[in-house]
Amino acid sequence: MNLLAIVLFAPLAAFIVALVIPRSLPQSSRAWALISSLITFAASLVLVARFDRDLPTEQLGLDIPWITTPDIHFAISVNGISLWLIMLSTFLTPLCCLISWNSIQSRVKEFFAFLLLLEFGLIGVFLAQDLFLFYVFWEICLVPMYFLIGIWGHDRRIYATVKFFLYTFAGSVLMLTAIIYLYNKTQTFNYSTILDMLASGKLIFAPNEQMLLFLAFFLAFAIKVPLFPVHTWLPDAHVEAPTAGSIMLASVMLKMGTYGILHFCLPLFPSAARTCAPWIVVLAIIGIVYGALVAMVQPNMKKLVAYSSVSHLGFVVLGIFTFTQMGLDGATYQMLNHGISTGALFAIVGLLYERRHSLEIDDFGGVATVAPWLSTAFLVTTLASIGLPMLNNFVGEFLVLQGAAMANFQWAIYASLGVILSACYMLWMYQRVFYGEANHEVQSHVPDLNVREWAVVIPLIAMMVWMGVYSQSFLPQVGKVNARIIEQTNINVPFKVGLTAPSQTEVANAR
Amino acid sequence: MPANFAMNPGDIVRFLPEIILSVMGTFLMVVDPIINKRSSSAFGHISLLALIAALGGSIYAFTQPGPAFGGMLVVDGFATFFRVVVIGVGILTVLGSYRFLERQDAETSEYHALLLFSVAGQCLMAASNDLIMVFIGLEISSIASYVMAGYLRDDKRANEAALKYFLLGSFATAFFLYGVALIYGSTGSINLSEIRAHISTVSPDVKLIGISAALMFVGLGFKVSAAPFQIWAPDVYQGAPTPVSAFLSAGPKAAAFAVFLRIFMTAFEPISDSWQPLVWFSALLSMTVGNFAALRQSNVKRMLAYSSIAHAGYVMVALGARSEVGVSAAMFYLAAYAFMNIGAFAVVSHISGKNERYQTIDDFAGLAQKQPVTAAILTIFMLSLIGVPLTGGFFGKFYIFKAALESHLIWLTVLGLLNSAVAAFYYLRILVMMYMHEPSKATSEVEPLSFSLGTALIVPAIGTLFLGIFPGWVLDFAGKSASMVK
Repeated sequence: MNLLAIVLFAPLAAFIVALVIPRSLPQSSRAWALISSLITFAASLVLVARFDRDLPTEQLGLDIPWITTPDIHFAISVNGISLWLIMLSTFLTPLCCLISWNSIQSRVKEFFAFLLLLEFGLIGVFLAQDLFLFYVFWEICLVPMYFLIGIWGHDRRIYATVKFFLYTFAGSVLMLTAIIYLYNKTQTFNYSTILDMLASGKLIFAPNEQMLLFLAFFLAFAIKVPLFPVHTWLPDAHVEAPTAGSIMLASVMLKMGTYGILHFCLPLFPSAARTCAPWIVVLAIIGIVYGALVAMVQPNMKKLVAYSSVSHLGFVVLGIFTFTQMGLDGATYQMLNHGISTGALFAIVGLLYERRHSLEIDDFGGVATVAPWLSTAFLVTTLASIGLPMLNNFVGEFLVLQGAAMANFQWAIYASLGVILSACYMLWMYQRVFYGEANHEVQSHVPDLNVREWAVVIPLIAMMVWMGVYSQSFLPQVGKVNARIIEQTNINVPFKVGLTAPSQTEVANAR
Repeated sequence: MPANFAMNPGDIVRFLPEIILSVMGTFLMVVDPIINKRSSSAFGHISLLALIAALGGSIYAFTQPGPAFGGMLVVDGFATFFRVVVIGVGILTVLGSYRFLERQDAETSEYHALLLFSVAGQCLMAASNDLIMVFIGLEISSIASYVMAGYLRDDKRANEAALKYFLLGSFATAFFLYGVALIYGSTGSINLSEIRAHISTVSPDVKLIGISAALMFVGLGFKVSAAPFQIWAPDVYQGAPTPVSAFLSAGPKAAAFAVFLRIFMTAFEPISDSWQPLVWFSALLSMTVGNFAALRQSNVKRMLAYSSIAHAGYVMVALGARSEVGVSAAMFYLAAYAFMNIGAFAVVSHISGKNERYQTIDDFAGLAQKQPVTAAILTIFMLSLIGVPLTGGFFGKFYIFKAALESHLIWLTVLGLLNSAVAAFYYLRILVMMYMHEPSKATSEVEPLSFSLGTALIVPAIGTLFLGIFPGWVLDFAGKSASMVK
């Protein structure tokens, strides 16, 4: 049995078992979700051990014909980037089970079942090597998240979840059009076959054609990332989602978009990607600065973290569209960092909400005196999030800025504004929530971390330190894949040089 | 036309499903006085048996494919596919009707007899290769369904629905008949293959043939409720008894599309350049009108009616692609659509209670807490209607738009798919109600699922998922049959 298939289908099997557990035993539903997601995590650790770190290629592939006409395969494999994104999903799911242990009291069975289904969809998105299969998993992810937000969310959950679904669905139908178009042109959905055809010159897109296909894919991904100005679903969805939903949404689902850009947009439509790069970078930088400024004025902690995601994801997109090794590595690393640190932020904000039943910053103050360990954990996460050296985000942001500086120095200047602003809003929030006078509500209702909560926080903080101190455990594999992607983006560039000379020379000079 | 009308044994076999259905329909009416009760589920059992026998008959008929009755009928893969679909629709309708009729205390033989006649008409439409046979099938099917729409005699809305359906329906049939007359006048034949041969070899009077094609387009467009001939659908679907609405939205529609595909892909294929733009226009209009009107509905049956207009639009896209792939995509879509739509209507019938009191979307509130299985099944149908992967509805859309892209209809594909994103909104409203609101009066009162209705829900749910996960088998068959439509 293929290891990837085990990692992929374990959550699905767990989901089916979870459906069978009787409604009257909520404790078993919780325990089952935790145990099964830990098993999946263990399987994914084996995957890391089996993964050959020296190869930049797709590994451990599995390819089974699924449907004959059109030729759709169940093709999955893993590379140095998707490996870590899968790890991120399997790592966070058990933590989400723990964090939801007490906070979810109604319809417990369904909640944990949906969480497991979500894990299945997410792993599938990162593994799929068949464009059609990718689309299938992409849409499957929507359904459990729709229910997670809509059933267990806060007051405006219905508005938020419908908006989330419609935004993503509208974007993805255009991607579906592009996928079908590609199939009609190539007679295959297989990702690597299409790339081979591109490399050997068997498949050539006319410039207009390539641009439209690129935009169709890119719009779907940009909505998911979310890139300014299609980010408006995100604050609503994040704020209204239950804690576990926010964590999975911010930490993993947003990465579907950036992973899609890296994995599909760049290698498949290189010249269109390069042509659009300056425009996209501008949007990314607007996102970085705008997200940070809006985060600063938020009275609601979750909304603040949500807008900070817009800002951080702007860095990722910026890094990708520098087309430099540094930039791509930094962007990829930042995807993982954001997953860990924003996941932790949402988790701890969720803990505060469980205690005080409020997300408003004004309702807090002086938490540090009553719950010192919780405050410490939050402080470490805050520092990680603003990019303090020795913690994870620093590495990613540094690489992205370096890549941006190599491509165009001005980009780096504007983007670094985001780093400064992030320190402002995060530390200001920290100050208002944790320092100052503890009011009566806080004093009586905010106990310190208990064992279960420690179990959530410790692994996250450990990862922040590990990724900040010893990025060499992660970056080499990522770098190899990125080197390959950059090479692929050069494949059919020559034929379009005449079209968009300016941006082209810019990138060339930088290198 | 061949003059040899002598019956031969092969003809009987090829005509088997229609024979079984008509005989059993008549039998039902005969036994009515013998069954000594005003209301009995025995009629349902008989009609279920008849439909299952007809299903077997249509498959058996396929073992001897070929023309029957001097080429007036033809049994090929295409005909068999649609026969199976419409008979399947009939079976699911009967299963979904048991509890409804019992509740209304209206289990009579004529309901089931009419249903059988209507299905017989649709089978005939699916297999006909001759405009007169098409017309006869159309009339058998339609007249029976007019009566079924008004089956609850004391219900004002049902009466209105039946009358409206009858008046507009006969008007549309007249258009179709005019078209048949004109084509006979100009080509001297009513056999589809001969018409095609005539049009492509003899230089014909294109204007006259164009007019007759347009007239038939109007008639059939009405039957499939494609815009701009869709006006009747919302009123009829809302007013008719829910199991009948389910039947109307799937069976006659599938049969009418079968005829549509056969006539336009066979007889009028040579002049396709002139009718294709019409089909595109109608497809786009149906999708847009259906989806945008459905957004504003509060009555579930009415909403599903508009949604069925939109879905007719998707199938029109497949027809507009004018290719074998398009035909097989349309066939696949109609099969998937029959499953998901009948299932959705069956749930509506389950919720609506006695005299169909609860029909609004708000009445679905909290169903997930009261009856999680029913809610889960309806979720499958809704996701399929939206077009989420791993459901039949998704693959149906996928194949249709793939066919459209192959025929370079990029604009129609993009607009169609964006339309389906709009549609997601109103299907999601039902999911929101079921899962995210507290139980309403309707869902608190809802009775437990009866065995028959449960079957009528689970079978389409499994079918929808099966078509979504293993679409290959059905699609291969559709693909092979589509190549025979020429």
